[in-house]
Amino acid sequence: MVIGAGMTGAACAWYAARAGLRVAVLDRGAVAGGTTGAGEGNLLVSDKEPGPELDLALLSTRLWREIAEDAEFGSQLEYEAKGGLVVAAKPEGLAALEALATEQRRSGVVAESVPENALSELEPQIARGLAGGVYYPQDAQVQPARAAALLIRDARRRGATLHTGTTVTALTRDASGAVTGVVTDRGTVRASWVLNAAGTWGGDVAQLAGAHLPVMPRRGFVLVTEPLPRLIRHKVYAADYVANVASGSAALQSSAVIEGTAAGPVLIGASRERVGFDRTFSLEVARLLARRAIELFPALAQVKAMRSYLGFRPYLPDHLPAIGPDPRAPGLLHACGHEGAGIGLAPATGHLITQILTGKSPDLDLTPFRPERFETGSPA
Amino acid sequence: MKRNPLTLVAARPELSFQVTFDGTPLDALSGQTIAAVLWSAGITAWRTTRVDARPRGVFCGIGVCFDCLVTVNGVPNQSACLVPARPGDAITTQRGDGHGSV
Repeated sequence: MVIGAGMTGAACAWYAARAGLRVAVLDRGAVAGGTTGAGEGNLLVSDKEPGPELDLALLSTRLWREIAEDAEFGSQLEYEAKGGLVVAAKPEGLAALEALATEQRRSGVVAESVPENALSELEPQIARGLAGGVYYPQDAQVQPARAAALLIRDARRRGATLHTGTTVTALTRDASGAVTGVVTDRGTVRASWVLNAAGTWGGDVAQLAGAHLPVMPRRGFVLVTEPLPRLIRHKVYAADYVANVASGSAALQSSAVIEGTAAGPVLIGASRERVGFDRTFSLEVARLLARRAIELFPALAQVKAMRSYLGFRPYLPDHLPAIGPDPRAPGLLHACGHEGAGIGLAPATGHLITQILTGKSPDLDLTPFRPERFETGSPA
Repeated sequence: MKRNPLTLVAARPELSFQVTFDGTPLDALSGQTIAAVLWSAGITAWRTTRVDARPRGVFCGIGVCFDCLVTVNGVPNQSACLVPARPGDAITTQRGDGHGSV
Protein backbone atom coordinates (compact mmCIF):
# COMPACT_ATOMS: atom_id res chain seq x y z
CA MET A 1 0.00 0.00 0.00
CA VAL A 2 1.66 3.18 -1.21
CA ILE A 3 0.37 6.51 0.14
CA GLY A 4 1.22 9.16 -2.42
CA ALA A 5 1.11 9.14 -6.24
CA GLY A 6 4.00 11.52 -6.78
CA MET A 7 7.32 10.57 -8.31
CA THR A 8 8.54 8.68 -5.23
CA GLY A 9 5.30 6.73 -4.75
CA ALA A 10 5.23 5.95 -8.47
CA ALA A 11 8.80 4.64 -8.47
CA CYS A 12 8.21 2.54 -5.33
CA ALA A 13 5.00 1.11 -6.83
CA TRP A 14 6.76 0.33 -10.10
CA TYR A 15 9.74 -1.49 -8.56
CA ALA A 16 7.46 -3.36 -6.15
CA ALA A 17 5.06 -4.41 -8.93
CA ARG A 18 7.99 -5.55 -11.06
CA ALA A 19 9.16 -7.68 -8.12
CA GLY A 20 5.78 -9.39 -8.14
CA LEU A 21 4.25 -7.68 -5.10
CA ARG A 22 0.56 -6.76 -4.98
CA VAL A 23 0.51 -2.96 -4.94
CA ALA A 24 -2.17 -0.33 -4.36
CA VAL A 25 -1.38 3.39 -4.74
CA LEU A 26 -3.55 5.92 -2.89
CA ASP A 27 -3.51 9.69 -3.22
CA ARG A 28 -5.90 12.25 -1.83
CA GLY A 29 -5.35 14.28 -5.00
CA ALA A 30 -4.17 13.35 -8.46
CA VAL A 31 -1.07 11.65 -9.85
CA ALA A 32 1.82 14.16 -9.60
CA GLY A 33 -0.57 16.67 -7.99
CA GLY A 34 1.86 17.87 -5.33
CA THR A 35 5.58 18.64 -5.45
CA THR A 36 6.23 16.35 -8.44
CA GLY A 37 4.11 18.55 -10.67
CA ALA A 38 5.74 21.73 -9.40
CA GLY A 39 9.40 21.01 -10.09
CA GLU A 40 11.76 20.98 -13.01
CA GLY A 41 12.55 17.27 -13.15
CA ASN A 42 16.22 17.54 -12.35
CA LEU A 43 18.32 14.42 -11.99
CA LEU A 44 21.46 15.88 -10.45
CA VAL A 45 24.67 14.59 -8.99
CA SER A 46 26.44 17.95 -9.33
CA ASP A 47 24.75 19.69 -6.40
CA LYS A 48 25.42 16.96 -3.85
CA GLU A 49 28.25 16.88 -1.39
CA PRO A 50 29.94 13.48 -0.94
CA GLY A 51 27.98 11.34 1.49
CA PRO A 52 24.83 9.24 1.62
CA GLU A 53 22.74 11.53 -0.61
CA LEU A 54 25.37 11.52 -3.37
CA ASP A 55 25.59 7.71 -3.18
CA LEU A 56 21.81 7.58 -3.54
CA ALA A 57 21.97 10.02 -6.47
CA LEU A 58 24.64 8.00 -8.27
CA LEU A 59 22.60 4.82 -7.91
CA SER A 60 19.56 6.72 -9.14
CA THR A 61 21.43 8.13 -12.14
CA ARG A 62 22.12 4.58 -13.32
CA LEU A 63 18.55 3.47 -12.67
CA TRP A 64 17.09 6.50 -14.51
CA ARG A 65 19.20 5.63 -17.53
CA GLU A 66 17.85 2.06 -17.42
CA ILE A 67 14.28 3.36 -17.20
CA ALA A 68 14.89 5.77 -20.07
CA GLU A 69 16.27 2.94 -22.21
CA ASP A 70 13.21 0.77 -21.46
CA ALA A 71 11.28 0.50 -24.71
CA GLU A 72 8.08 0.65 -22.67
CA PHE A 73 8.60 4.35 -22.04
CA GLY A 74 10.56 5.40 -25.10
CA SER A 75 10.80 9.13 -25.54
CA GLN A 76 7.66 9.79 -23.50
CA LEU A 77 9.65 10.49 -20.34
CA GLU A 78 11.33 13.43 -22.08
CA TYR A 79 14.56 12.12 -20.55
CA GLU A 80 17.40 14.34 -21.64
CA ALA A 81 21.02 13.71 -20.65
CA LYS A 82 21.76 17.38 -21.06
CA GLY A 83 24.58 17.70 -18.54
CA GLY A 84 25.00 20.36 -15.89
CA LEU A 85 27.33 23.34 -15.95
CA VAL A 86 28.10 24.99 -12.62
CA VAL A 87 29.74 28.38 -12.89
CA ALA A 88 31.49 30.66 -10.41
CA ALA A 89 31.60 34.42 -10.81
CA LYS A 90 34.69 35.01 -8.65
CA PRO A 91 38.01 33.14 -8.16
CA GLU A 92 37.15 32.31 -4.50
CA GLY A 93 33.90 30.72 -5.63
CA LEU A 94 35.71 28.76 -8.31
CA ALA A 95 38.26 27.47 -5.80
CA ALA A 96 35.43 26.20 -3.57
CA LEU A 97 33.69 24.67 -6.59
CA GLU A 98 36.88 22.90 -7.71
CA ALA A 99 37.42 21.59 -4.17
CA LEU A 100 33.88 20.17 -4.16
CA ALA A 101 34.42 18.63 -7.61
CA THR A 102 37.62 16.95 -6.41
CA GLU A 103 35.71 15.35 -3.52
CA GLN A 104 32.85 14.36 -5.81
CA ARG A 105 35.22 12.66 -8.28
CA ARG A 106 36.41 10.39 -5.45
CA SER A 107 32.79 9.24 -5.05
CA GLY A 108 32.41 8.42 -8.72
CA VAL A 109 31.07 11.67 -10.14
CA VAL A 110 32.31 12.73 -13.57
CA ALA A 111 33.30 16.39 -13.26
CA GLU A 112 35.26 18.28 -15.92
CA SER A 113 36.87 21.62 -15.09
CA VAL A 114 35.98 24.31 -17.62
CA PRO A 115 38.28 27.31 -17.82
CA GLU A 116 36.72 30.72 -18.39
CA ASN A 117 37.65 30.88 -22.06
CA ALA A 118 35.96 27.52 -22.72
CA LEU A 119 32.62 28.36 -21.08
CA SER A 120 31.26 29.92 -24.23
CA GLU A 121 31.98 26.74 -26.20
CA LEU A 122 29.49 24.95 -23.94
CA GLU A 123 27.12 27.90 -23.60
CA PRO A 124 27.53 30.53 -26.32
CA GLN A 125 25.21 33.03 -24.62
CA ILE A 126 26.78 32.89 -21.14
CA ALA A 127 28.01 36.13 -19.55
CA ARG A 128 31.64 37.06 -20.11
CA GLY A 129 34.00 37.65 -17.19
CA LEU A 130 33.03 34.67 -15.03
CA ALA A 131 35.87 32.90 -13.19
CA GLY A 132 35.16 29.44 -14.64
CA GLY A 133 33.10 26.37 -14.05
CA VAL A 134 32.75 22.62 -13.80
CA TYR A 135 30.80 20.47 -16.27
CA TYR A 136 28.87 17.43 -15.00
CA PRO A 137 27.83 15.17 -17.90
CA GLN A 138 25.82 12.83 -15.62
CA ASP A 139 23.23 15.54 -14.82
CA ALA A 140 20.00 14.88 -16.67
CA GLN A 141 16.33 15.78 -16.75
CA VAL A 142 12.91 14.18 -17.13
CA GLN A 143 9.41 15.60 -17.38
CA PRO A 144 8.41 14.63 -13.83
CA ALA A 145 4.62 14.52 -14.11
CA ARG A 146 4.88 12.34 -17.20
CA ALA A 147 7.48 10.13 -15.55
CA ALA A 148 5.27 9.51 -12.50
CA ALA A 149 2.23 8.82 -14.68
CA LEU A 150 4.14 6.44 -16.96
CA LEU A 151 5.60 4.43 -14.07
CA ILE A 152 2.18 4.15 -12.43
CA ARG A 153 0.61 3.11 -15.73
CA ASP A 154 3.21 0.40 -16.17
CA ALA A 155 2.77 -0.72 -12.55
CA ARG A 156 -0.98 -1.04 -13.21
CA ARG A 157 -0.24 -3.16 -16.26
CA ARG A 158 1.61 -5.43 -13.83
CA GLY A 159 -1.40 -5.65 -11.52
CA ALA A 160 -1.12 -2.59 -9.29
CA THR A 161 -4.23 -0.53 -8.55
CA LEU A 162 -4.50 3.27 -8.35
CA HIS A 163 -6.97 5.14 -6.15
CA THR A 164 -6.81 8.90 -6.59
CA GLY A 165 -9.11 11.24 -4.69
CA THR A 166 -8.75 8.92 -1.70
CA THR A 167 -7.62 10.39 1.61
CA VAL A 168 -5.99 8.26 4.28
CA THR A 169 -7.47 9.29 7.61
CA ALA A 170 -6.00 6.68 9.97
CA LEU A 171 -3.84 3.59 10.14
CA THR A 172 -5.18 0.33 11.55
CA ARG A 173 -2.97 -1.41 14.14
CA ASP A 174 -3.10 -4.79 15.81
CA ALA A 175 -2.72 -5.51 19.51
CA SER A 176 1.08 -5.47 19.22
CA GLY A 177 0.99 -2.03 17.58
CA ALA A 178 1.85 -3.27 14.09
CA VAL A 179 0.29 -1.41 11.19
CA THR A 180 -2.23 -3.63 9.38
CA GLY A 181 -3.79 -1.26 6.88
CA VAL A 182 -5.29 2.15 6.28
CA VAL A 183 -8.63 3.82 6.87
CA THR A 184 -9.64 6.10 4.02
CA ASP A 185 -12.63 8.33 3.34
CA ARG A 186 -13.76 5.57 0.97
CA GLY A 187 -13.28 2.54 3.19
CA THR A 188 -10.71 0.49 5.06
CA VAL A 189 -8.00 -1.45 3.26
CA ARG A 190 -5.77 -4.09 4.79
CA ALA A 191 -2.11 -4.24 3.82
CA SER A 192 0.96 -6.12 4.99
CA TRP A 193 3.03 -3.03 4.40
CA VAL A 194 2.07 0.66 4.32
CA LEU A 195 4.54 2.98 2.61
CA ASN A 196 4.49 6.69 3.38
CA ALA A 197 5.40 8.39 0.09
CA ALA A 198 3.41 11.52 0.88
CA GLY A 199 6.30 13.90 0.16
CA THR A 200 5.88 17.28 1.81
CA TRP A 201 2.87 15.90 3.69
CA GLY A 202 4.81 12.84 4.91
CA GLY A 203 5.00 14.19 8.45
CA ASP A 204 1.19 14.10 8.67
CA VAL A 205 1.08 10.47 7.55
CA ALA A 206 3.79 9.54 10.08
CA GLN A 207 1.73 11.31 12.73
CA LEU A 208 -1.16 8.91 12.03
CA ALA A 209 1.14 6.27 13.53
CA GLY A 210 2.16 8.61 16.34
CA ALA A 211 5.63 8.79 14.79
CA HIS A 212 7.54 12.06 14.70
CA LEU A 213 8.92 12.89 11.24
CA PRO A 214 9.48 16.66 10.87
CA VAL A 215 8.95 17.14 7.11
CA MET A 216 8.53 20.87 6.46
CA PRO A 217 7.63 22.72 3.26
CA ARG A 218 10.44 24.70 1.63
CA ARG A 219 8.90 26.91 -1.02
CA GLY A 220 10.40 27.46 -4.44
CA PHE A 221 9.36 29.53 -7.44
CA VAL A 222 10.14 28.86 -11.08
CA LEU A 223 9.87 31.60 -13.70
CA VAL A 224 8.88 30.48 -17.20
CA THR A 225 9.89 32.59 -20.17
CA GLU A 226 8.23 32.91 -23.53
CA PRO A 227 9.25 30.12 -25.95
CA LEU A 228 12.66 30.76 -27.47
CA PRO A 229 14.98 29.18 -29.98
CA ARG A 230 17.60 27.02 -28.23
CA LEU A 231 19.43 29.66 -26.21
CA ILE A 232 20.61 27.55 -23.28
CA ARG A 233 21.97 24.06 -23.88
CA HIS A 234 22.64 22.62 -20.44
CA LYS A 235 21.38 23.03 -16.98
CA VAL A 236 23.43 26.03 -15.86
CA TYR A 237 23.63 27.19 -12.31
CA ALA A 238 25.68 29.37 -10.04
CA ALA A 239 28.08 27.70 -7.62
CA ASP A 240 26.38 29.30 -4.60
CA TYR A 241 23.33 27.08 -5.30
CA VAL A 242 25.02 24.20 -3.49
CA ALA A 243 25.39 26.31 -0.35
CA ASN A 244 21.76 27.49 -0.67
CA VAL A 245 20.52 23.92 -0.83
CA ALA A 246 22.59 22.91 2.19
CA SER A 247 21.46 25.87 4.28
CA GLY A 248 19.01 25.33 7.12
CA SER A 249 17.83 28.93 7.19
CA ALA A 250 14.13 29.71 6.86
CA ALA A 251 14.90 33.03 5.16
CA LEU A 252 14.72 33.55 1.42
CA GLN A 253 17.69 32.23 -0.52
CA SER A 254 18.16 32.37 -4.21
CA SER A 255 20.73 31.49 -6.79
CA ALA A 256 20.47 31.24 -10.55
CA VAL A 257 19.45 27.85 -11.94
CA ILE A 258 18.63 28.13 -15.62
CA GLU A 259 17.78 25.70 -18.37
CA GLY A 260 16.14 25.54 -21.73
CA THR A 261 13.40 23.00 -22.41
CA ALA A 262 12.58 20.93 -25.47
CA ALA A 263 9.32 22.87 -25.80
CA GLY A 264 11.06 26.27 -25.98
CA PRO A 265 10.50 28.15 -22.72
CA VAL A 266 13.49 28.70 -20.41
CA LEU A 267 12.96 27.72 -16.78
CA ILE A 268 14.50 30.01 -14.18
CA GLY A 269 14.95 29.02 -10.53
CA ALA A 270 15.74 28.67 -7.78
CA SER A 271 14.46 30.10 -4.55
CA ARG A 272 14.15 28.52 -1.18
CA GLU A 273 12.22 29.83 1.80
CA ARG A 274 10.29 28.31 4.67
CA VAL A 275 6.97 30.10 4.82
CA GLY A 276 4.60 27.20 5.50
CA PHE A 277 2.20 26.34 2.67
CA ASP A 278 1.73 29.96 1.57
CA ARG A 279 0.87 29.93 -2.16
CA THR A 280 0.92 33.72 -2.60
CA PHE A 281 2.88 34.96 -5.60
CA SER A 282 5.98 36.88 -4.50
CA LEU A 283 7.11 39.72 -6.77
CA GLU A 284 10.26 40.01 -4.63
CA VAL A 285 11.26 36.44 -5.44
CA ALA A 286 10.33 36.77 -9.13
CA ARG A 287 12.48 39.90 -9.45
CA LEU A 288 15.41 38.25 -7.72
CA LEU A 289 15.22 35.18 -9.95
CA ALA A 290 15.05 37.34 -13.07
CA ARG A 291 17.99 39.50 -11.97
CA ARG A 292 20.21 36.52 -11.17
CA ALA A 293 19.31 34.86 -14.48
CA ILE A 294 20.22 37.96 -16.49
CA GLU A 295 23.57 38.11 -14.67
CA LEU A 296 24.38 34.68 -16.09
CA PHE A 297 22.67 35.08 -19.48
CA PRO A 298 22.51 38.76 -20.45
CA ALA A 299 20.39 37.91 -23.53
CA LEU A 300 17.52 37.04 -21.16
CA ALA A 301 17.10 40.77 -20.44
CA GLN A 302 15.22 41.03 -23.76
CA VAL A 303 12.99 38.04 -23.00
CA LYS A 304 9.53 38.10 -21.47
CA ALA A 305 8.73 35.94 -18.44
CA MET A 306 5.24 34.63 -19.12
CA ARG A 307 4.34 32.98 -15.88
CA SER A 308 5.65 31.44 -12.70
CA TYR A 309 4.76 28.45 -10.62
CA LEU A 310 5.65 27.38 -7.13
CA GLY A 311 5.92 24.24 -5.11
CA PHE A 312 6.84 22.98 -1.69
CA ARG A 313 9.90 20.81 -1.32
CA PRO A 314 9.70 18.25 1.48
CA TYR A 315 12.47 19.44 3.77
CA LEU A 316 13.94 17.43 6.63
CA PRO A 317 16.32 19.26 8.98
CA ASP A 318 19.41 17.25 7.93
CA HIS A 319 18.54 17.46 4.19
CA LEU A 320 18.39 13.68 3.87
CA PRO A 321 15.23 11.74 3.00
CA ALA A 322 13.58 9.21 5.27
CA ILE A 323 13.86 5.80 3.61
CA GLY A 324 13.12 2.51 5.31
CA PRO A 325 11.00 0.74 7.91
CA ASP A 326 9.80 2.59 10.99
CA PRO A 327 10.69 0.64 14.15
CA ARG A 328 8.08 2.68 16.05
CA ALA A 329 5.29 1.21 13.91
CA PRO A 330 6.11 -2.20 12.43
CA GLY A 331 4.59 -2.57 8.97
CA LEU A 332 5.04 1.13 8.20
CA LEU A 333 7.84 2.30 5.93
CA HIS A 334 8.77 5.78 4.82
CA ALA A 335 10.03 7.12 1.51
CA CYS A 336 9.67 10.87 1.76
CA GLY A 337 11.52 14.09 2.61
CA HIS A 338 13.73 14.19 -0.50
CA GLU A 339 13.57 18.00 -0.53
CA GLY A 340 14.38 19.32 -4.01
CA ALA A 341 15.94 16.10 -5.25
CA GLY A 342 12.96 13.75 -5.20
CA ILE A 343 12.66 13.22 -8.94
CA GLY A 344 16.33 12.36 -9.19
CA LEU A 345 16.34 10.11 -6.14
CA ALA A 346 13.05 8.33 -6.87
CA PRO A 347 14.29 5.19 -8.69
CA ALA A 348 16.96 4.44 -6.08
CA THR A 349 14.36 4.97 -3.37
CA GLY A 350 11.89 2.63 -5.08
CA HIS A 351 14.59 0.05 -5.71
CA LEU A 352 15.84 0.08 -2.09
CA ILE A 353 12.32 -0.01 -0.61
CA THR A 354 11.51 -2.99 -2.83
CA GLN A 355 14.68 -4.76 -1.69
CA ILE A 356 13.47 -4.34 1.90
CA LEU A 357 9.95 -5.54 1.05
CA THR A 358 11.30 -8.64 -0.65
CA GLY A 359 13.69 -9.50 2.17
CA LYS A 360 16.85 -8.65 0.28
CA SER A 361 19.78 -6.75 1.64
CA PRO A 362 19.60 -3.15 0.33
CA ASP A 363 22.34 -2.05 -2.10
CA LEU A 364 23.08 0.98 0.09
CA ASP A 365 23.40 1.36 3.85
CA LEU A 366 20.11 2.96 4.90
CA THR A 367 21.29 3.99 8.38
CA PRO A 368 21.65 7.70 7.46
CA PHE A 369 18.06 7.69 6.16
CA ARG A 370 16.40 5.93 9.09
CA PRO A 371 13.06 7.60 9.76
CA GLU A 372 13.26 7.57 13.56
CA ARG A 373 16.45 9.69 13.64
CA PHE A 374 14.59 12.87 14.65
CA GLU A 375 13.15 11.43 17.89
CA THR A 376 14.35 13.39 20.90
CA GLY A 377 17.33 11.61 22.39
CA SER A 378 18.17 9.85 19.12
CA PRO A 379 21.63 10.64 17.80
CA ALA A 380 21.27 12.65 14.60
CA MET B 1 -31.36 41.50 -34.97
CA LYS B 2 -28.59 39.05 -34.18
CA ARG B 3 -27.81 39.03 -30.47
CA ASN B 4 -24.25 39.74 -29.45
CA PRO B 5 -22.57 40.78 -26.20
CA LEU B 6 -22.79 44.48 -27.12
CA THR B 7 -26.56 44.44 -27.48
CA LEU B 8 -27.01 42.19 -24.45
CA VAL B 9 -25.43 44.72 -22.11
CA ALA B 10 -26.54 47.77 -24.13
CA ALA B 11 -22.90 48.80 -24.48
CA ARG B 12 -21.98 52.07 -26.13
CA PRO B 13 -18.24 51.79 -26.86
CA GLU B 14 -16.52 55.14 -27.03
CA LEU B 15 -14.23 54.51 -29.95
CA SER B 16 -13.92 52.37 -32.98
CA PHE B 17 -10.66 52.18 -34.83
CA GLN B 18 -8.69 49.98 -37.16
CA VAL B 19 -5.91 47.47 -36.66
CA THR B 20 -4.36 45.15 -39.22
CA PHE B 21 -3.99 41.39 -39.25
CA ASP B 22 -1.28 40.21 -41.65
CA GLY B 23 -1.84 43.50 -43.47
CA THR B 24 -5.64 43.29 -43.74
CA PRO B 25 -7.50 46.15 -41.97
CA LEU B 26 -9.94 45.05 -39.24
CA ASP B 27 -12.46 47.07 -37.22
CA ALA B 28 -11.88 47.17 -33.47
CA LEU B 29 -13.69 48.70 -30.50
CA SER B 30 -12.09 50.35 -27.52
CA GLY B 31 -11.60 47.83 -24.74
CA GLN B 32 -11.57 44.77 -26.98
CA THR B 33 -8.69 42.37 -26.62
CA ILE B 34 -6.71 41.34 -29.67
CA ALA B 35 -8.46 37.96 -29.51
CA ALA B 36 -11.90 39.63 -29.46
CA VAL B 37 -11.03 41.72 -32.50
CA LEU B 38 -9.82 38.68 -34.41
CA TRP B 39 -12.81 36.54 -33.42
CA SER B 40 -15.20 39.37 -34.39
CA ALA B 41 -13.63 39.23 -37.84
CA GLY B 42 -14.11 35.47 -38.00
CA ILE B 43 -10.41 34.70 -37.50
CA THR B 44 -9.84 31.83 -35.06
CA ALA B 45 -6.19 30.88 -35.64
CA TRP B 46 -3.17 33.22 -35.54
CA ARG B 47 -0.25 31.09 -34.45
CA THR B 48 1.38 27.89 -35.68
CA THR B 49 2.87 25.40 -33.24
CA ARG B 50 6.61 25.04 -32.86
CA VAL B 51 6.98 21.39 -33.84
CA ASP B 52 4.19 20.52 -36.29
CA ALA B 53 3.11 24.00 -37.44
CA ARG B 54 -0.48 23.34 -36.44
CA PRO B 55 -2.94 26.27 -36.13
CA ARG B 56 -3.69 27.77 -32.71
CA GLY B 57 -6.00 30.48 -31.36
CA VAL B 58 -7.88 31.04 -28.11
CA PHE B 59 -8.17 28.02 -25.83
CA CYS B 60 -8.77 29.18 -22.25
CA GLY B 61 -9.45 32.82 -23.01
CA ILE B 62 -8.40 33.94 -19.52
CA GLY B 63 -4.62 34.19 -19.68
CA VAL B 64 -3.79 30.79 -18.23
CA CYS B 65 -2.95 28.44 -21.08
CA PHE B 66 -0.71 30.54 -23.40
CA ASP B 67 -2.21 28.93 -26.48
CA CYS B 68 -3.30 32.26 -28.02
CA LEU B 69 0.17 33.80 -28.35
CA VAL B 70 0.50 36.25 -31.23
CA THR B 71 2.90 38.84 -32.56
CA VAL B 72 1.78 42.45 -32.08
CA ASN B 73 3.81 45.31 -33.55
CA GLY B 74 6.73 42.96 -34.02
CA VAL B 75 6.77 41.68 -30.43
CA PRO B 76 6.06 37.93 -30.29
CA ASN B 77 4.39 35.87 -27.58
CA GLN B 78 1.70 38.35 -26.55
CA SER B 79 -1.40 36.75 -25.01
CA ALA B 80 -4.14 37.74 -27.47
CA CYS B 81 -6.82 37.11 -24.85
CA LEU B 82 -5.33 39.66 -22.45
CA VAL B 83 -3.69 42.39 -24.54
CA PRO B 84 -6.09 45.22 -25.46
CA ALA B 85 -6.18 46.31 -29.10
CA ARG B 86 -4.90 49.83 -29.76
CA PRO B 87 -5.44 52.01 -32.82
CA GLY B 88 -3.07 51.03 -35.62
CA ASP B 89 -1.83 47.79 -34.05
CA ALA B 90 -0.12 45.56 -36.60
CA ILE B 91 -1.07 42.01 -35.60
CA THR B 92 0.75 39.24 -37.44
CA THR B 93 0.55 35.46 -37.48
CA GLN B 94 3.20 34.03 -35.20
CA ARG B 95 5.16 31.10 -36.55
CA GLY B 96 6.66 28.82 -33.90
CA ASP B 97 8.29 30.70 -31.05
CA GLY B 98 8.05 33.94 -33.02
CA HIS B 99 11.76 34.62 -32.81
CA GLY B 100 12.63 33.39 -36.28
CA SER B 101 15.59 31.09 -36.71
CA VAL B 102 18.29 32.42 -34.42
